[in-house]
Amino acid sequence: MLGFIARRIMSTIPVMGFVALFVFSLLYIAPGDPAVVIAGDQATPEDVERIRTALGLDRPFLERFVEWSWRILHGDLGTSMFTGMPVTQLIGQRLEPTLSLMVLTLVLSIFVAVPMGVVAAWKAGSWIDRALMGFAVFGFSVPVFVVGYVLAYVFALELDWLPVQGYTSLSTGLWPWFENLILPSIALGCVYIALIARITRASMLEVLQQDYIRTARAKGLGQRPILFVHALKNAAVPIVTVIGIGMALLIGGAVVTESVFAIPGLGRLTIDAILRRDYPVIQGIVLLFSFIYVLVNLVVDLIYMLLDPRIRY
Amino acid sequence: MDRRSFLKSSLSVGALAASGGIAAPAIAQGAAKTLKFVPQANLANFDPIWGTQYVVRNASVLVWDTLYGVDSNLEPQRQMVEGEEVSSDGLTWTFKLRSGLKFHDGEPVLAKDVVASLARWAVRDPMGQMIKAIEKELVAVDDKTVKWVLSKPFPKMKFALGKNNTPIAFIMPERIAKTDPFKQISEYVGSGPMTFAQKEWVPGAKAVFEKFGGYMPRSEPASWLAGGKVIAIDRLEWVIMPDPATASAALQSGEIDWWETPIPDLIPVLKRNRNIKVDIADPLGNVGSFRLNHMHPPFDNLKVRKAVQMALNQEDFMRAVVGSDDSLWQPLPSFFTPGTPYYTEVGGDALKGARNLDAAKKLLSEAGYSGQPVTCLVAQDQAPLKAMGEVTADLLKKLGMTVDYVATDWGTVGQRRASKSPPGQGGWGMFHTWHAGADCATPAAYNALRGTGDKAWFGWPNSPDTEKEITAWFEAKNAEEEKAAMGRINKAAMDDVIYIPTGFYKGFQAWRSNISGVVGGPIPFFWNVKKA
Repeated sequence: MLGFIARRIMSTIPVMGFVALFVFSLLYIAPGDPAVVIAGDQATPEDVERIRTALGLDRPFLERFVEWSWRILHGDLGTSMFTGMPVTQLIGQRLEPTLSLMVLTLVLSIFVAVPMGVVAAWKAGSWIDRALMGFAVFGFSVPVFVVGYVLAYVFALELDWLPVQGYTSLSTGLWPWFENLILPSIALGCVYIALIARITRASMLEVLQQDYIRTARAKGLGQRPILFVHALKNAAVPIVTVIGIGMALLIGGAVVTESVFAIPGLGRLTIDAILRRDYPVIQGIVLLFSFIYVLVNLVVDLIYMLLDPRIRY
Repeated sequence: MDRRSFLKSSLSVGALAASGGIAAPAIAQGAAKTLKFVPQANLANFDPIWGTQYVVRNASVLVWDTLYGVDSNLEPQRQMVEGEEVSSDGLTWTFKLRSGLKFHDGEPVLAKDVVASLARWAVRDPMGQMIKAIEKELVAVDDKTVKWVLSKPFPKMKFALGKNNTPIAFIMPERIAKTDPFKQISEYVGSGPMTFAQKEWVPGAKAVFEKFGGYMPRSEPASWLAGGKVIAIDRLEWVIMPDPATASAALQSGEIDWWETPIPDLIPVLKRNRNIKVDIADPLGNVGSFRLNHMHPPFDNLKVRKAVQMALNQEDFMRAVVGSDDSLWQPLPSFFTPGTPYYTEVGGDALKGARNLDAAKKLLSEAGYSGQPVTCLVAQDQAPLKAMGEVTADLLKKLGMTVDYVATDWGTVGQRRASKSPPGQGGWGMFHTWHAGADCATPAAYNALRGTGDKAWFGWPNSPDTEKEITAWFEAKNAEEEKAAMGRINKAAMDDVIYIPTGFYKGFQAWRSNISGVVGGPIPFFWNVKKA
């Protein structure tokens, strides 16, 4: 197991290297110029050129890439062209809100979606199944920002139960932290719940046709242990796969959710950096997200081994 | 108090009572002293000389002070200076600083700080550059006296040092002001009425300012950047909210106190709420701009420019930008800001009256226009520019012109408009922008009006007549001469179609009704703002 983990971690190095080269090249050829944004609307072309020089943007691609890569290897993601702050500091400021949002959404989604999928499979063809799957289709179809606005309108503006926006650090207290994340997590979780519920249902339907389930029923085992102990464990591999793949969905959705609920997370940092062409920040965030994604895939592979002892790498 | 605050306070009081604490009233008091404000944009950097975005300027007026400051009549008044002397030949300016001025680190403000600050500012500011070009000497005579010796008189000196256009001539400690003007400062120490809580700054999310106890406000009543800047709150939090619907909801629920730029679509909702006040944000508003590329066909041809000017209906543009509220816009047969002392419509007939599409088409034909595509750069992420871009595409098509509509973002427009290549090779034909009305009150800081050819602002108009009259304005000795010069500037710039004004429009600001002292202006002024 440890050997596998070590090999997998080693294999992430070329992946990250490729991502680094890809992102750097993409930003190099993309239109837009941070110096123009910094200089402002009234600046002369000479001013813009001097700012470009001061930022090192006039240097050749290869020189900039080698310098940037060398710094990355030393754990330095560079400095934001706009704020003058180290990218690691900017990411550090924004990491907690985004991780909080993602973890809470993940937990909420799994706890809601898996039972939904199991029940839908158990009651396949009934009105319960149709209602649950109808809800799943709704979750897929309605954009995150629409769900967010509706939730904010009802629960924050009309009922005044929860705040409209913002984020409070966990260090301030559990409830202040939680109350700011309830609505964003539900908004972001809708599509994720829909996805997991549908996969759970499909996977469970297949498992529930198996002989050993019939045997379990024949020997008089109750419905709950059949569903949640025998069937669910054997249906879990595709569910775990979808949860892993869905992390990308969460990262994308977090960008929108953070904007709608004014959460100062990595999603908003990404948007701001892209609109301003703050290259070091964009590069740093993309690398971080790539790393998280690679890590999630590793965890998913390990969970496969736990769920199904036949799986070996 | 809303339901959630009530519940929260009750719980807090209960918890304090349970723990033996008795500080419940202090909670309410503390909250009342913090003002939460949603600015127009993210405060992504905080160097008002290096980065000249309006949001940076608006934050900077809290932290840094100026020698002079313009009042609501755009007249420069003394601010950090106690007095000034101008030699009879107009070549030597001597400024005396007020006593007791202190920086936030406790150090006194000295003449050497002023010298270093003005030197840095003069590199980046158009008026500063004009002064620099005729500068013989800028020195500190003693701790409180600064002398600026010129080779030619510069009558607009006080305006240059007190104007509200970016970059403003802020005074910083010498050690900070010695930073290369093209590099960003990293220490935010000023002598303004509030300090910047650098440790709490989360770019893109929050910026915090705290009342500076050592600030000495002037005794005169406050008027924009002039007079007594008395801070009546302890703490000011700028909360960045990119989504207007969220900001609107937060204002309605009382989570924020003041929103600088509510969008027109949400104004009716805010006006219906009895806890919210809505008013014009800046009486000087904005001037919409149809910017043409004078360097390449088809707009290198004066007749083609005139044809578009003749056909352009400002009402179409303004309704697209501000909607149906007629109080928010007005026609603008001028390059200057309506309602300001020197406003003129001389020469603006081309933009007045009914539009004549047939005559415009005829003129276009006479110009020999033969279907060259007009590359329109339209920023989709800036609502007013997107709206104007769509009207323009329609207008040009009606004129029989070929439109190459480039839908992109403002960052890309910013880069591409700097290209002098032909439109088919990475260049452009036209783009929309807007100019703050405060910048358009006079030619002083109005780069977009200059006609200096390839040295001019994007589009590079060449208009010797406009330049001649701008020089005359700078050299004017009295208000009459200035007014006459501005009329001639307006006419020359209209004749050469330096750009086409698409109208004058204003925006709203909104705040909770427990906030008092909010005034309209080009900058949100926080002095004398109180929270009940």
